[in-house]
Amino acid sequence: MNAAQTAPATSPLLAVCDVSVAFGGIIALNGVSFEMHHGQILGLIGPNGAGKTTLFNCLSRLYQPSSGDILLEGTSILKRPPHRIAEIGIGRTFQNVALFSNLSVLDNVRVGAHARTNSDILSDSLRLPKVRRDEAALNDRVHEILGYLDLESVARSIVSGLPFGTQKRVELARALAAEPKILLLDEPAGGLNHEEVHALGDLIRRIRTDRKVTVLLVEHHMGLVMSIADHVVALNFGRKLAEGTPAVVQSDPDVIKAYLGSKDQ
Amino acid sequence: MSAVQEVVTEAPVIEAVPKRAMTLGAGTSLVMLALLILVPFFVKNFIIFQLTMLLVYGLAVLALNILTGGSGQFSLGQSAFYAVGAYTSAILIENAGMNYALTLPVAGFICFLFGFLFGLPALRLSGVYLALATFALATAMPQILKLGYLEAWTGGVQGLVVTKPDPPDIVQGVLAWFHLKMSQDMWFYYFTLAITVAIYVLSLNLLRSRSGRAFMAIRDNEIAASAMGVDVALYKTLAFGVSAAITGIAGGLGAIAVQFVAPDGYTITLAISLFLGMVVGGVGWLPGSIVGSAFIIFVPNIAEGISKGLSGAVFGVILFIVIFLVPHGARQVAMVAQHLLGRLKKR
Repeated sequence: MNAAQTAPATSPLLAVCDVSVAFGGIIALNGVSFEMHHGQILGLIGPNGAGKTTLFNCLSRLYQPSSGDILLEGTSILKRPPHRIAEIGIGRTFQNVALFSNLSVLDNVRVGAHARTNSDILSDSLRLPKVRRDEAALNDRVHEILGYLDLESVARSIVSGLPFGTQKRVELARALAAEPKILLLDEPAGGLNHEEVHALGDLIRRIRTDRKVTVLLVEHHMGLVMSIADHVVALNFGRKLAEGTPAVVQSDPDVIKAYLGSKDQ
Repeated sequence: MSAVQEVVTEAPVIEAVPKRAMTLGAGTSLVMLALLILVPFFVKNFIIFQLTMLLVYGLAVLALNILTGGSGQFSLGQSAFYAVGAYTSAILIENAGMNYALTLPVAGFICFLFGFLFGLPALRLSGVYLALATFALATAMPQILKLGYLEAWTGGVQGLVVTKPDPPDIVQGVLAWFHLKMSQDMWFYYFTLAITVAIYVLSLNLLRSRSGRAFMAIRDNEIAASAMGVDVALYKTLAFGVSAAITGIAGGLGAIAVQFVAPDGYTITLAISLFLGMVVGGVGWLPGSIVGSAFIIFVPNIAEGISKGLSGAVFGVILFIVIFLVPHGARQVAMVAQHLLGRLKKR
């Protein structure tokens, strides 16, 4: 099912090579390189303005790097328009939850599978047998994901009326519906309380194992990153400051300085 | 039915209609259909003609509803698509001698292309700016139709007269057994009704499908839709194309029903009326289209009945009252009714 599993485990799934981004005269990212391997949870940390979100937006193709390249399984993703990123296996969630607020949970997750299905307006209008079959198959898959994320009870509710924590799970479900190889999570802990953050950490690890997904976690919440990431990349002022296991990065003097001693947050 | 009830108990008023509430229950739909089939037997030909126009404008409002309620794009240019459809049918019937029924798919196809192509530059615009661009289209259309170069086909300022079709011989033959005869108006009413029902069903299918979900995803959040693999530009232009195609078919039907096309029948006033019909019917609620259509056809007459000299002002006051009392239009009324019915059933 997942093509990523057939590639040799040693070659990186995703390679960020010397990526720089400049907005006018401001250099938001300056020659950042790192690699992600299959099944990893990679934490991307750094203080405000470090370039985390810029890098994230390069990966989801909202920004175009001024130099450098981003390779998914050896192939550059930079020639693809943003709407053709989902089909090669890059899924994402958004910092402040970007759901389709007037649609039900079911429909949000169904839209998530857009890149994995196909149809045209004519056969959709006529509800041809193929459309019915595809919809039935899609429904099975969507309900499987809703069950997995414990969302069945709210499946028919409109998302705008749901609690924030639930909305975040809906967003995860929507991203999983596209069967991503890499899941980009943009500050998933933002707005959650202590217990919810803890549960989220368990959930991310569970998703990684059960669904064979590689996770890139951009996060302010140090506790979460340090407890679940296998590998951490620290950015500051658009440059890579340090990289390694959580323990190594946590004790790196430059990182400590950048965070002004907030390492034990 | 239960789906609608669910929504009633949910957070009450929201910007757009959730997909599940876009339709009527099967029972209500059948009652509506039976009414539409039976009423012509009991009324005069002029009323039948008005009912035909009710369906025609209903289709045009439905088309706008798909565009605005579905994909979240505004249009004040629907009169232009309506005009292109009307002229296509009229020219094909009168100049090419084509069968009236066959002109409608042609009108729909030409309008689809027109809408799709117009949608391409409109991609860069949204909200009020898009409304302005479509406004320009509506203003330009009557003048384009008057152009001297096109006069050989369009008939210029004079317009074209369209012959009203007779009922097919088979229908008359069958009715003759019962010593009955069908009028042209009645035949064309049923013809229009069949097309309206077909398009209504196809539109519901479309909005409930993968394509429809893509429309609504774009309406709610373009960046997220794009991240899910939805080609925002493609679906936005498709929405314009579909909306224009349905409006064009409505225009073609309207031209045959009125038996006349002229540039000044398709001014910005028509586009604004359709917009009004959509709001009164409930944005995004497809069954409301027919209510909106009834509003724009009958309320001006009522206003004129109240005061000849101040009919416009009376219309304005009625409109104001409606918007004030039920800002979400007929959809809101339907939901309250559904809610009350649900309560009665429980007792």
